Amino acid sequence: MKFRIYRYDPEKDAKPRFQEYDIALDPHDRMLLDALVRLKVVDDSLAFRRSCREGVCGSDAMNINGTNGLACITNLKTLKEPVELRPLPGLPVVRDLIVDMSQFFKQYHSIKPYLVNDEPPPERERLQSPEDRESLDGLYECILCACCSTACPSFWWNPDKFVGPAGLLNAYRFIADSRDRDLNDRLDNLEDPYRLFRCHSIMNCVDVCPKGLNPTRAIGNIKTMIVKRAV
Amino acid sequence: MSRLPVRRFDALIIGAGGAGMRASLQLAEAGLSVAVLSKVFPTRSHTVAAQGGIGASLGNMSEDSWLWHMYDTIKGSDWLGDQDAIEYMCRMAPQVVYELEHYGMPFDRNADGTIYQRPFGGHSANFGEKAIQRACAVADRTGHAMLHTLYQRNVRARTQFFVEWMALDLIRDADGEVLGVTALEMETGEVMILEAKATMFATGGAGRIFAASTNAFINTGDGLGMAARAGVPLQDMEFWQFHPTGVAGAGVLITEAVRGEGGILLNSQGERFMERYAPNLKDLASRDIVSRSMDQEIKEGRGCGPHKDYVLLKLDHLGPEVINKRLPSIREIAIKFANVDPIREPIPVVPTIHYMMGGIPTNVHGQVVVPQGADPTVVVPGLYAVGECACVSVHGANRLGTNSLLDLLVFGRSAGNHVVSLNLSAQSHRPLPQDAGELSLARLARLDAATSGESVAEVAGDLRKSMQAHCGVFRNQQLLSEGVDKILELEARAQRTAIGDKSRTFNTARVEALELDNLIETAKATIYSAEARRESRGAQARSDYPARDDANWLKHTLWYRDGNRLDYKPVNLKPLTVDAFPPKARTY
Repeated sequence: MKFRIYRYDPEKDAKPRFQEYDIALDPHDRMLLDALVRLKVVDDSLAFRRSCREGVCGSDAMNINGTNGLACITNLKTLKEPVELRPLPGLPVVRDLIVDMSQFFKQYHSIKPYLVNDEPPPERERLQSPEDRESLDGLYECILCACCSTACPSFWWNPDKFVGPAGLLNAYRFIADSRDRDLNDRLDNLEDPYRLFRCHSIMNCVDVCPKGLNPTRAIGNIKTMIVKRAV
Repeated sequence: MSRLPVRRFDALIIGAGGAGMRASLQLAEAGLSVAVLSKVFPTRSHTVAAQGGIGASLGNMSEDSWLWHMYDTIKGSDWLGDQDAIEYMCRMAPQVVYELEHYGMPFDRNADGTIYQRPFGGHSANFGEKAIQRACAVADRTGHAMLHTLYQRNVRARTQFFVEWMALDLIRDADGEVLGVTALEMETGEVMILEAKATMFATGGAGRIFAASTNAFINTGDGLGMAARAGVPLQDMEFWQFHPTGVAGAGVLITEAVRGEGGILLNSQGERFMERYAPNLKDLASRDIVSRSMDQEIKEGRGCGPHKDYVLLKLDHLGPEVINKRLPSIREIAIKFANVDPIREPIPVVPTIHYMMGGIPTNVHGQVVVPQGADPTVVVPGLYAVGECACVSVHGANRLGTNSLLDLLVFGRSAGNHVVSLNLSAQSHRPLPQDAGELSLARLARLDAATSGESVAEVAGDLRKSMQAHCGVFRNQQLLSEGVDKILELEARAQRTAIGDKSRTFNTARVEALELDNLIETAKATIYSAEARRESRGAQARSDYPARDDANWLKHTLWYRDGNRLDYKPVNLKPLTVDAFPPKARTY
């Protein structure tokens, strides 16, 4: 199978280059990550992140034939050759397919990604109705892989000011939680021309999310809440 | 003085999975200066892949008690678990689950608003009478929800993380006191000494010593390797859990929650064979028993598929509603990795390496304990271990499903509390030994200098194949003795590895070479311990010694790296407050 892979080692390369590989795969190689692991046996200098190899840890996000995705759950049969692999767009490249995710996590951290409730907790669990719990479905499953934010033009232009789809999805995960008591501060924190309102519903985030989540809908819900609050 | 730069902390935690982050929360909230090192961003730790639930006797579905949970855990452990530690864990279970809920964990709910609990293997009401719903669940993503919740709470507590740093070796002084670690910052290639008054390993499992494993790439036994190289023995390493349901060929985990929700195992004749092996709990017997039964079915020619080498996990009868609500990720995994939609078709599954019951010996405070003179449990000053890398021992010879997440929470918390109680900020750092860091520097220098040699990937691949072939579900003397020889050959080869990549920037080839050293230590500990134990107990099934032998083997194994020496220590059969559960025959 033929691959064309973005290579950059700041110690050796003045600028990024592409390297072509042609490798015989084993019949058991199913996912793109299997092929990458096989490539690494031939060329141990190829650098990429990976861990769980089942789509739940979020390590191996990359740009695959022009679309962001997770290598471990991308079936090789779905890929056109040569398979072109690039690091996630819009973030500084550390080396090869490894990007510096600081900006992405900084935005995630900026939304107070934790439950806020200063009432003394009961001795047992706080009660939550199944319906209230259901409103967290499609939100809490985010794996922070950054496929969405790095597919978003608004995030490319303003990664320091726009929270981005992943951060906003997580912001709504806490806004929507019946146990959270920080609604007003959370909305204040987002009511800003950049932090929230740079989202123009381009919906790239929805297209690429490997977990099938819908950040655009979550962002829309936050916008509605801010507008309603103002009325 | 050492050639390496030094940074100082009160406490150091190596690993940011469930155990490490539950411990760091106690430390950060108490205001200690604590550094948490992790090879990966914290939410990428392998706790994220746990699916089914957390065991705790909340009694939300029907009457339950921690004493029943304790009995199930002891029976599950085939009486090799220490009953004091098991009592401690099961009594603490409801509290640590409630804490998680208060932190914001999105547990599934019952109509009355309480946490939803599902049945799980080996969990029973009234000392084995019938199955019970004890596993507190977030759909089939409990580990993901728990790891993210713990990370979020640590963000709130402003815990300091060192992300993509790999710890290389422990630093001990002449008195044996642990003073910190050497560590490699992966992005820059820089090596440093991180000095601490307390060092806690939370490095997780090591399932990557086997070819067919549910474990992540990062699960390379780094804590075990570091401990072994520093002279600390490893306990009960022969006990490795085969999870009954890994996707055939892919190894990806299919949670026991599938059977908890009503899924069943079928052989090629369409027979629900677990009824024969475990008439009472059937498909929800403990994992060692279900895995062996599956292996037996396959061996006797009743496997499915063209090679008759797997069995089927049927769940279509649960209906799309239950599957989509309670087991959505399982459906996703089955479609992606097995080409079947479980709403219509069964999933091909085989027993797959999943969990290491053994590890670094500790007490209930997470303090590492080793034999000294007549006392088998003398504390190693300054060193703690929690989670899968530790052996408290609450899992003994076989862990019950849902007790791993519980273990992370209970002992991460208790070890964190113990470190807080030491009032470390009032104490000074002990002087570093002259040779601090030399071992790590020598390991790195060898790799940098080697221009040709063994391929890391090939040695690691051969190691996994050998462990799979010689230390599988069923073991015998010949297999194990040959296995010992093979692992020793591989150890020699691992000392001759070379890597082509010499860059300092995010050199993943170097990381994999360093991980190989830890895999080798883990594999040696496993195969030596398994070879020596001439009985069958829990996950150690020897076809040449098929019976449990309490007269000779009701004891913990300790493996020392130096000379591959084995020692033994008694099992603690005395609980903290209740009457002991004496060993008896184990049926489900």
